[in-house]
Amino acid sequence: MDKETCFHCGLDATSSKIEFDNKVFCCNGCKTVYEIFSANDLTCYYDLQNAPGATPKDIEGKYNFLENSKITEQLLEFNDGNTQIITLYIPHIHCSSCIWILENLNKLNPSVSASIVNFGKKTVRVTFNAETLSLKNLVVLLSSIGYEPFISLDDYSVGKKHIDRSLIYKLGIAGFAFGNVMFLSFPEYFQVGEFWLEQFKPMFRWMMFAFSVPVVFYSAQDYFISAFKGLRSKILNIDVPIALGASVLFIRSTFEIITDSGSGFFDSLTGLIFFLLLGRFFQQKTYAFLSFERDYKSYFPIGITKITSDEKEESIQVYDIEKGDRLLIRNEELIPVDCILIKGNARIDYSFVTGESKTVSKQSGDKLFAGGKQVSGTIEVDVLKSVEQSYLTQLWSNDVFKKDKSLAFTNITNQISKRFTITILIIAVLATTFWMIFDSSKAMNVFTSVLIIACPCALALAAPFTFGNVLHILGKKKFYLKNASVIEQLAKINTIIFDKTGTITANKETTIDYEGLTLSNEEEALLKSTLRGSNHPLSRSLYGLLNEHDIVTLDAFEEHLGKGIEATYNQNHIKVGSAPFVGHTTESALLNTAVHVSTNNQYKGKFTFYNAYRKGLSLLFNELKKDYDLVILSGDNEGEKDNLTKLLPTKTKLLFNQKPEDKLEYIKYHQTEGANILMIGDGLNDAGALAQSNVGIAISENVNVFSPACDAILDASKFNQLYSYISISKSAIKIIKWSFLLSFIYNIIGLYFAVTGQLSPVVAAILMPLSSISIVIFTTLTTNIVGKNLK
Amino acid sequence: MSVIYVLLAVSVTVAIVFFIAFILAVKNGQYDDSYTPSIRMLFEDELVKEKPKKTNTNQLKD
Repeated sequence: MDKETCFHCGLDATSSKIEFDNKVFCCNGCKTVYEIFSANDLTCYYDLQNAPGATPKDIEGKYNFLENSKITEQLLEFNDGNTQIITLYIPHIHCSSCIWILENLNKLNPSVSASIVNFGKKTVRVTFNAETLSLKNLVVLLSSIGYEPFISLDDYSVGKKHIDRSLIYKLGIAGFAFGNVMFLSFPEYFQVGEFWLEQFKPMFRWMMFAFSVPVVFYSAQDYFISAFKGLRSKILNIDVPIALGASVLFIRSTFEIITDSGSGFFDSLTGLIFFLLLGRFFQQKTYAFLSFERDYKSYFPIGITKITSDEKEESIQVYDIEKGDRLLIRNEELIPVDCILIKGNARIDYSFVTGESKTVSKQSGDKLFAGGKQVSGTIEVDVLKSVEQSYLTQLWSNDVFKKDKSLAFTNITNQISKRFTITILIIAVLATTFWMIFDSSKAMNVFTSVLIIACPCALALAAPFTFGNVLHILGKKKFYLKNASVIEQLAKINTIIFDKTGTITANKETTIDYEGLTLSNEEEALLKSTLRGSNHPLSRSLYGLLNEHDIVTLDAFEEHLGKGIEATYNQNHIKVGSAPFVGHTTESALLNTAVHVSTNNQYKGKFTFYNAYRKGLSLLFNELKKDYDLVILSGDNEGEKDNLTKLLPTKTKLLFNQKPEDKLEYIKYHQTEGANILMIGDGLNDAGALAQSNVGIAISENVNVFSPACDAILDASKFNQLYSYISISKSAIKIIKWSFLLSFIYNIIGLYFAVTGQLSPVVAAILMPLSSISIVIFTTLTTNIVGKNLK
Repeated sequence: MSVIYVLLAVSVTVAIVFFIAFILAVKNGQYDDSYTPSIRMLFEDELVKEKPKKTNTNQLKD
């Protein structure tokens, strides 16, 4: 049989038998989207990219909170009653078809007057007429074509967000001034001494001065501020010699043109600032579509349905939830607070919290924790605690989340700049004293020249360009780092801690083991047919793993929620489910998830589910064990301990039953003992540990979906490459050290001119860009060579 | 008055005009998204021509 894929979403559609317009679809949802597009002449959507769509999800009632004007007011960017503008984050945006369809929204609904996609950020900015299309209906429209926006508590203050463009302004001004100053100082480079040149020299010089003023006082202000801050806390960071060099350049040049003793170094000054800002700009480019600062707010909904005392439904904002409120949680909705289940069948998916994808059944009267997602029908709950006081959210009141890791860390450039600055100052003083004795007229000239030429442009550029390029290379390999300092931290790691569920195990895959009496062929066929009718996640995975059998039509089928299923066929009775349900009572304490089977009231055996570990796990651990201490911190029970000890190197430490705070404390304790810890986790329960560790990496099956606050996001498919990614960070440090050596050579050449009192503007103007550009070329080439070895 | 003043004034004015254009472009957000426009400009041809068939744009509202 040929394998057919869905025309809309590309999923397997072999067995669906849904056809429309001679095209196959995997489900009715996909077909409906196709119908919408073809009815509106938007089938070009499928020409730009093969199977670009997503299956629309059932969102009945999910966005009712958008009817609450207090909530929508906060979400809208602009609102004058008629015209409203909103920016929505849509995780599914991934190809040119997406841009095309979203920018043609007005074909689907004429009330939309404009929609603009920002592909990098995966957002769409929609301008629409609120009189004919409410915000809720707009979101419903987007969801119906498979582009469901993600609206979380984080968006609550949108519209007030300020985009910081100051670096582009500063770079623009510095570049503009650099070019013009260069052009104005060109005549003097050749010192032809012609009549007209002599005559206009003062004006040229004063114009150069005018161009330099905004560069020094605006473009370079960050360097002065940072140098000042560094000095105040008694640190000689790299910005100290830069600020010193820049101010000496400016003061000496101004002095020279006032006294008409020379043309000044305005060209070098503006060039220096321009190159430095360029390096900063290069390093600053990160991943707009990823967020490394997520806390629970990014996961939580904005609004929730409250059932008022007179049995009416009302949408309220989650911050307004009070203890004792009765809430209605719909299918697929997240529970925002700790609460008690009152009515309905709860089946909670805690994968946001624990990384564990199996759902948990709860009966009325059970306590539900914030962060779980209800996945079977509607439930009613009574609130126990408000949002801020819930178990999960309390984790964020820990001080760890307020610390800025990068501040506590001296980077490689600053380490070297301390010695560098002191050396330069000593040389300057020595050279000045020497000239004071022999030719005091030259002393001042030499002193300033040393400070000018020693201005560590090349030194300051080495790290940004190396790290910038490594970030870019790793990003291509689906390892996304928050910023450059993560690379340096990564190179220093000596201990690696892994979370278990979802990190070293694959979320979707499990392996199943059968224990008990062998099932006959008929029994197995009956079992498979029975499982077919159940929507329980365990039934689904067991069904998928059983051998092929003819599916029989059952005579009777009944599903007992929270217990199991039973079915009858040809006088044969089968029960599948929990141990008590199938009549098996001798079960000892059970650690692993298991499904029990009995036929005709006779207990047969159980299927035990084991975690499937990620591919290459053993290999990776064996590579890592040479250089690092390895630890596994799991929130789960010890059910997998035997399996893990078999798989992993013997010296790996295994710790189970670790609560989120335990993980955090464990890391804190080992840090005080001098360990540099890399934490790899995935769920919100690891958030504290990720924040506390020196480097926290979040593993994600789909990088566009959610991961807790971290320093880096690693695509799950690249998990086995971790070792080579850590090695590349070490190579990056080596490259930087070589570049430092290179820039020292330039400095020594420059210092020769400076100390002997021969530094002319031409020499400075040649040496400065030459050193900067050669450093940029050197770092780019070497990092690319190192990056080529990555798989 | 030498012609050099005129030349300098002209050159600086032109430079400043471009500089102001740059600042305005940044301010309007042209540099916020440097990727999408490069795709968007290729869509011109795919835009739906005058709708030949009957269209029912209202079907979605319900």
